[in-house]
Amino acid sequence: MALKTKIQVKDIHFYYGKTEVLKGFDMDIYENKVTAVIGPSGCGKSTLIRMFNRMNDLIPKTRLEGSIILDNEDINSMKTDVVEIRRRVGMVFQKPNPFPKSIFDNISYGLEVNGIKDRRKKEEIVIQSLKKAALWEEVKARLNESALGLSGGQQQRICIARCLAVEPEVLLFDEPCASLDPISTQKIEELILELKKEYTIVIVTHNMQQAARVSDYTAFLYLGKLIEYGETEQIFTVPKNKLTEAYLTGKFG
Amino acid sequence: MDKKIKQNLGFLLLLICILTTIFFLGIILYFIVARGIRILSWEFLTQVPRKAMTAGGIAPVIVGTFYLTSGAMIFSIPLGLACAVYLSEYSPKSFIVNIIRISINNLAGVPSVVFGLFGLAVFVKYLGFGVSILSGSLTLGIMVLPSIISAAQEALMAVPQSYREASLALGATLWETIRKVVLPSALPGILTGVILSIGRVAGETAPIMFTAATFYTRRYPNSVFSEVMALPYHIYALMTEGVHPEEQTSIAYGCALILLILVLTMSVLAIILRQRQRSQSYYGT
Repeated sequence: MALKTKIQVKDIHFYYGKTEVLKGFDMDIYENKVTAVIGPSGCGKSTLIRMFNRMNDLIPKTRLEGSIILDNEDINSMKTDVVEIRRRVGMVFQKPNPFPKSIFDNISYGLEVNGIKDRRKKEEIVIQSLKKAALWEEVKARLNESALGLSGGQQQRICIARCLAVEPEVLLFDEPCASLDPISTQKIEELILELKKEYTIVIVTHNMQQAARVSDYTAFLYLGKLIEYGETEQIFTVPKNKLTEAYLTGKFG
Repeated sequence: MDKKIKQNLGFLLLLICILTTIFFLGIILYFIVARGIRILSWEFLTQVPRKAMTAGGIAPVIVGTFYLTSGAMIFSIPLGLACAVYLSEYSPKSFIVNIIRISINNLAGVPSVVFGLFGLAVFVKYLGFGVSILSGSLTLGIMVLPSIISAAQEALMAVPQSYREASLALGATLWETIRKVVLPSALPGILTGVILSIGRVAGETAPIMFTAATFYTRRYPNSVFSEVMALPYHIYALMTEGVHPEEQTSIAYGCALILLILVLTMSVLAIILRQRQRSQSYYGT
């Protein structure tokens, strides 16, 4: 099966003020695959994936060189509609961040801002999204209750369902299990494996076992450089680079 | 043991401070209520003043205060909210924005009598509104603008950044994010700021002294260009002018009590509104 590139990273440099956080590398992210980004804290993992939906625009005094191509379109070009890019590239954050609204309203919010007003259509998509996020059975009786009353793991799946509702093509996960217990983590991982049939997934994680379990490709970032990138199985069994091997075996990190 | 004694002493000190504060609060309330309650009657609330302020009621005074306060809030809430939203959500964090922010904070420290003089010069004279509800409301509105802005800014800053990120990441515009996520979350905090401002506006004397208030009129205001009597200024006037000090003093205490009740009622209403808003935002619709 031929691999299709969904996101292409071309000679990317990223600066916070004068500090260079990403130091120039290329990387192709393949369609319908799970790509894990691993590396020690501060290596630029989050910065990298937050570039894919231009979340870094929100941080003042940042600068970007190079380009990110999503399906042949430079997402940083002047012509690009950033709002549309963010709809196509959904994001699940490190800490579950449902809105202080009802479960139903949390999911339907994205539909409203994307112009779906019809009540029946909204209900249909909300139910569908909750089912896809493996949450429907747990919340179907309490759609009008606050999402903040749910457990951490359920909240994170609300956030996933919220993303799915606006029909993205890519899903970015920024350490989605960092604040969750093992059971919830397992549920999220199962979900990711299920979702990759339909979506291109990029996941940042501190947990190497998690990367090994869920991903097809793994990128190892260190001090803003892409040290090694390839099939997960190869990276975890026969890493080509000494640094990768040292990191994976726990010699530093 | 020594540590425990120190702790107990600390708590004792705190308790003494709290009791002192409550004591003063209680004594103020006691005096105003004890002296004001005597004059209070249905007639006092519903009649116009008679016999050179020594008899009759204070109905036009209450109405005047209501108009001035409402006018000031109608003017300052939208303006203050817009400023706060712009400053905390839209504007880039630049040098100039910092200057604006510092200026607003300084404006909050300007003495109210200075606002009164400003209102006299600009609204009464230059714009030709005369001594009127309009001039007074605008002056009061400008006076509370800084506190409304900074209260609203605080409330907006307290909204977790993760809400904004979540909304934007779903393809919402900044405007949709502000209107549908940020403002609803900040509303309880904003309302608190508004409550405090209402109390302050209703009780200020100096800003309306030259711009809106008159010592004695038997008529109710009939347009925004009417001059009015207002409770705080009325108290001041009763205590400093006129030739019947005894009757006037007791009426002044009556006015003070009414003012207190008015401000407290408005606060309670706003607090109820705030609580309802808060529980709604948590538990959905």
